[in-house]
Amino acid sequence: MADVNRGNRPLSPHLQVYRPQLNSITSILTRITGNALLVGSLMIVWWLLAAATSESYFAVANAVLTSWFGDLVMLGSLWAIWYHTLAGVRHLIWDNAKMLDLESADILSWIVVIGSVVLTIFTVIVI
Amino acid sequence: MAFLTDRKRVVGLGSAKTGTDHFWAMKKSSVALLILVPLFIFTFGGILGGTYEEVVAYYSRPYPAIIAALTLLVGFKHFNDGVQVLIEDYVHGTMEKLLILVMTCVSYGAAAVGVFAIARLAL
Repeated sequence: MADVNRGNRPLSPHLQVYRPQLNSITSILTRITGNALLVGSLMIVWWLLAAATSESYFAVANAVLTSWFGDLVMLGSLWAIWYHTLAGVRHLIWDNAKMLDLESADILSWIVVIGSVVLTIFTVIVI
Repeated sequence: MAFLTDRKRVVGLGSAKTGTDHFWAMKKSSVALLILVPLFIFTFGGILGGTYEEVVAYYSRPYPAIIAALTLLVGFKHFNDGVQVLIEDYVHGTMEKLLILVMTCVSYGAAAVGVFAIARLAL
């Protein structure tokens, strides 16, 4: 194509011009939680490797995972994985072209947000 | 080879050239994780904070060990597929390919280390 100005053209308005909505925020959080779970997952893998290696190595990894920093990552990961799981169920529902209207989508959003917090608190109490 | 018609060769392959493989892989792993993740949360969550002896004894049992190994395998495959889309959305060109390559190595590497560790604890 005879477009010599490729790459130097004005961009169409993007995120910065849209008012945040329940839909957009819950959708972005799905991506953030899913990818952020890498941190907690790698820590758990490290913890397992340490347990499989020796008692002294386990003591090091276990100290990190049960420190205040470890607790913070594990608690955050717990909420993130519940959030991502519920948001995933929402996607499985949407894949069947069900509940795509605004009202149903908003209801699902609140279920994901509130449900993830409730499940996190429930898990912390149980385990 | 010329045994396929032109149409047959391209059917199902969009501009991305891979059809719905990625979507279907994501869907399969997400349904599997729907079962595995709650089981993993309550097995791993229960033993985290235990002593070395307790942890080794716990992962010597088949149920927690198999749940942990499956969750790490399917979870890291799911992560790899997911992070690929994240990268494709925001990064372009050579850096895009490089990052996908790196994250694929991280995903399969972490899954392998995790499964090795669980096998060693369990056996």
